[in-house]
Amino acid sequence: MSGLLSEDVLSHIGKQSEPRREIVTRRDIRKYAVATNNRQAKYLDGDVAPPLFHLHLFWDVVPLSELSPDGVSIDSLLPKFPLEKAMAGGLDLTYHKPIKPGDWLTATRTLTNIYEKAGRSGPLIFYEVLMEVRGDDDELVVTEKTTRILR
Amino acid sequence: MSPAPTVGMAIPQRQHYCDEVQQMLYNASLWNGHRIHFDMPYATEVEGYPGLVVAGPLMGDWLHQVVDEWLGDAGMITGIEYSNRIAAYVGETVTSGGTVTAYDEATGEVTLEVFVKNERDEVLTPGVITATLTLAS
Repeated sequence: MSGLLSEDVLSHIGKQSEPRREIVTRRDIRKYAVATNNRQAKYLDGDVAPPLFHLHLFWDVVPLSELSPDGVSIDSLLPKFPLEKAMAGGLDLTYHKPIKPGDWLTATRTLTNIYEKAGRSGPLIFYEVLMEVRGDDDELVVTEKTTRILR
Repeated sequence: MSPAPTVGMAIPQRQHYCDEVQQMLYNASLWNGHRIHFDMPYATEVEGYPGLVVAGPLMGDWLHQVVDEWLGDAGMITGIEYSNRIAAYVGETVTSGGTVTAYDEATGEVTLEVFVKNERDEVLTPGVITATLTLAS
């Protein structure tokens, strides 16, 4: 280990975003279903949301002036890492309940881990973000764990 | 869904051709302004990609769809683990599919290894999906 991760960077572990509460509409489900070329009527009609619809509901909406030059919104949960080139990451999702029009959902994101590993061509930094999506009854609807790798 | 799943069985595959219009609508639907998906000079000259990059989560969506179409109303996806390993580019035709790796008749829980592959047979997006079949009542 080369000890890339300073105390300051590691101190961000456990940081949590402000909860975001959004409403699910039939029109948004239909748009998402069309855009993914879904072929099932229940999704195209917007009766129920297809899996992964929560990506649409909770993608960051920020002013244009806060986008980086490549058009990406900067994730405020993350510290400035000593490595910046993003490599393929992974997603681990659990679907607890279906999502329907009229549902109010709240997402909370937590930076759950930062660690480094020796890769074949140098050190790699891994970080994990847990997003929990809950209904107004506080029951879990979707759990999403994202792992990203920087080199 | 017609036959009961058996370990080793392949589910019907699906081809996906993502053109500029679908790419635009998908990223607009997410609210994703990342230039590599729609700005050709930026994608090729600045980032060095051979073309416009298909959004990673769209390939994740296709993993879900190929299983969800197979399940129909007979079951529901309960979880997925996947990663985007290799990029796909607008104008390519890719194929999604999967194989049943476990099935528990008592609980209705089925596990499938799934993939999105390109025309060179490279697996772009490997994953594992779990689903629960509604048991006949």
